[in-house]
Amino acid sequence: MSKPSNLSRRRVLHVGLAAAAAPLAGCAGLGSGPSIGRVVVVGGGYGGATAARYLRLWGGNVDVTLVERNANFVSCPISNLVLGGHKQMSDITVSYGGLEAAGVKRIQGEVVAIDAHAKEMRLADGRKLPYDRAVISPGIDFMLDQVGGLAAPAAQERILHSWKAGPQTLALRRQLEAMPDGGVYALTIPKVPYRCPPGPYERACMVASYFKQFKPRSKVLVLDANPEIQSKKVLFEKAFADHYKGIVEYRPNNELKSVDAATNTAKLEFDDVRADVLNVVPPQRAADIARSAGLLNMNNRWVGVNWLTMESTAVPGIHVLGDATFSAPLMPKSGHMANQHAKVAAAAIIQLLKGEPVSATPVVINTCYSFVTARDVIHVASVHQYDAAEKTFKTVPGSGGVSAAANQVEGRNALSWAENIWADMLAT
Amino acid sequence: MTHLLRMAAALLLSAGGAALAQDANLGRNLAATCANCHGTNGQVRGDTVKPLAGVSADKIVAAINDFKSGAQPATIMHQIAKGFSDDQIKAVAAYFAAQPARR
Repeated sequence: MSKPSNLSRRRVLHVGLAAAAAPLAGCAGLGSGPSIGRVVVVGGGYGGATAARYLRLWGGNVDVTLVERNANFVSCPISNLVLGGHKQMSDITVSYGGLEAAGVKRIQGEVVAIDAHAKEMRLADGRKLPYDRAVISPGIDFMLDQVGGLAAPAAQERILHSWKAGPQTLALRRQLEAMPDGGVYALTIPKVPYRCPPGPYERACMVASYFKQFKPRSKVLVLDANPEIQSKKVLFEKAFADHYKGIVEYRPNNELKSVDAATNTAKLEFDDVRADVLNVVPPQRAADIARSAGLLNMNNRWVGVNWLTMESTAVPGIHVLGDATFSAPLMPKSGHMANQHAKVAAAAIIQLLKGEPVSATPVVINTCYSFVTARDVIHVASVHQYDAAEKTFKTVPGSGGVSAAANQVEGRNALSWAENIWADMLAT
Repeated sequence: MTHLLRMAAALLLSAGGAALAQDANLGRNLAATCANCHGTNGQVRGDTVKPLAGVSADKIVAAINDFKSGAQPATIMHQIAKGFSDDQIKAVAAYFAAQPARR
């Protein structure tokens, strides 16, 4: 922010004609003029990046700092296509340069403590960041102690979750590539709630699509702690039967109790399964920073929020987004939903900083596409309106639903969704 | 622009009620729920999904209502359109109509 004129020019270049829509003061205001407040955003995923972008887009001169530990954004949605060999890591990786050009100060680092009384965060390198309002979009961390043996170093090295896109996505792909034809890939799914309800079943399809083409004697074994497929059930069952008969085997009510890393064995209640590649998606809670900040007031696992502002019901001044929140009824933990949370929060924070009333009628949408083959896609969609009487979001009766059948039109729509939501959140 | 303002004012004063009338950002906030697929401010990337920026409000309202009624078949929009009230659809449409098309 030391060179406001440069920033302004870069912003104009990036935003192009769209800049014409903004009042001139919006551009001139970058780095100059009185700030209406300091907002520190923790986490540059679907929630945090969107919040940072929209605070700048809608807020005029809000001083926005984004703290993110990774150098680039790597998307969980579409990452199952990397496992299937249909996309590369570079296809799901996006730079934070657009956000910086939009006036967001980015710090690559990690927040280790939040002092909500002093309104100050402390970074791992000792730096301190004061804020007027904080946005925490930390995602999930794993409850490794719920699965015996999983926390052991040998297990952590060999048994991957790949439930946060990044190095583990590539590492699991390498394990699948190294697996001999005729091998078994076993995927364990925790009890709900977990991040991305349809994600495991899409992953089963993507790995099976790779096996079908390159290792046709291999098996995909889905060990689900839940009594049935948790999203798009009929459509996934049809995909398993139509495309992956003899490859995918789905077993409900199979909760993982412990693992043996030495033999790559998943120990279930009544059964032991030895796999060539064992992919354990562990039980989840709001990420560590939410816990250390004292935000986990729902089952000691998730963060309760005021849905009009996304402000924590445990700690004032901290707005929490995405998977870490205790979900409203029928509200999924998805990247799309985190983006929508972020817009509710950005709008509310700007009003609060100005001392003006927040919207009383927010609306959020979810749309989630799942690939069942490299080209055929199914969706689930829902619309959630704020219910003032019950102080929560509720789905609108008669709205939402799933695809009539897997189809290639939605295959194109899914990739277009990715392109547009990444541009929306990262201001590319 | 005055036409748009008059239209927006009429919209706010008509069926909206107190909550809508107080919320000057209603159209902007509702339109942001569409951005994940239709682009920020309706300025969509690529040519798979229809752009909304700069499209006349009447056209957008008619299209959403056709999705709602089933007159216009869709993969997903018939399900999403049913989640919005008539007043909300008008507010979204007015906002998109006032945005410059990207190209």
